[in-house]
Amino acid sequence: MELSELYEIVLLALLVACAVSVNLTKSLLQAVIIFMSYSSIMCLVWILMESPDLAITEAAVGAGVSGYLFLVTLKKLRQADAASADPKGGGES
Amino acid sequence: MKEAFFRWLDGDMDVFSRFQEGQEGHDLPRQAWRQIRQDAEAGAVERMGGVIRVEQKAFQLGYRIAAVGCCLALMAVFLFMTANITRYGEENPRASEVAQRYIESGLEETGAVNIVAGMILDYRAFDTLGESHVLFTALICVMILLRIDSKNTRTAYEDYYRTLQEPYFPTDRDPILREVGTVLVPCILLYGIYVLLNGQISPGGGFSGGAVLGAGLVIAASAFGDGTVDRFLTRKRFQAASFCALSFYSFAKGYVFFTGANHLENHIPKGIPGAILSGGLILPLDIAVGLVVACTMFGFYSLFRRGTIGGGN
Repeated sequence: MELSELYEIVLLALLVACAVSVNLTKSLLQAVIIFMSYSSIMCLVWILMESPDLAITEAAVGAGVSGYLFLVTLKKLRQADAASADPKGGGES
Repeated sequence: MKEAFFRWLDGDMDVFSRFQEGQEGHDLPRQAWRQIRQDAEAGAVERMGGVIRVEQKAFQLGYRIAAVGCCLALMAVFLFMTANITRYGEENPRASEVAQRYIESGLEETGAVNIVAGMILDYRAFDTLGESHVLFTALICVMILLRIDSKNTRTAYEDYYRTLQEPYFPTDRDPILREVGTVLVPCILLYGIYVLLNGQISPGGGFSGGAVLGAGLVIAASAFGDGTVDRFLTRKRFQAASFCALSFYSFAKGYVFFTGANHLENHIPKGIPGAILSGGLILPLDIAVGLVVACTMFGFYSLFRRGTIGGGN
């Protein structure tokens, strides 16, 4: 087996592992981070499939901006939780 | 094992929880809500007796059967379609006819060395026009939902929420983020411009370059504070950039569609393949698409985070 082939198999296995563990984890922050790493691996797979155009877009959109948007949304959700739980005096997260 | 599976299914347990100690209670509010709901349901069942229980059971059974049925049907459709597409790397006469034409005469017909750019901005420019408008429409929808202005912040909850917003986690006070941003932001912006302008020669182009530029703007806004980007990307300039880029794309491509459909001569020079100013309309269209994409990316971030673009209301 050639080295590049092995590399490809490892990348694809990591892709599947990321896709499965996004579903398994209950912590939203971890899910976002795993999703971003999925995009980073996908970026490498695009390069292996000889489409650098898509790799650049995947790296910028998938691993960058969309992950950041998820994080901003998560922050807002926690704020809303804290705001709704604040009068009762609890709910720090 | 079975009990653990059902606890995971109900959302009470995390598979990875054993790897992280001292992190329990990250979803405390959710658990509290679930407890309240369960208590309310139990109280209702007690009051109404067996009627609710039977209804609940029937509904749950029907719901599960329907869910499994839908999933199986979708899986069947996807598997059927996957079984019928051409295998990876094999010859498909129906699909390869077009690809052959693109590869053989793409350079001569579009003037772009990068065949992908020639495809998406010349042969398939109509698709790209639609895609840019889809992005713009998405931005408008986010704006409708998330924009905070003087007309929709009158409720007490939103006022309270807004006062919470800023002091909660001011990212621009973080020294690590600021220092890393100082090094990274110029490189990212420069790389974005390079990718944008070299779309017809090397891999890249409107969407990729615009996305990189937008990501650079997002990093700049979160590392140096929102005011830094607001200073040059005010709301008026934001609107002007989006509008001018989209309408330029529409008019320029409309001209090409008109001449092409009526077999008239096209007066746009193709240039020497490989030079920066080559590929006819591809470079200006790349810049237009890149502007729209960068504005949309930054607009999403700004609306999600602050509920406004370019500061002010």
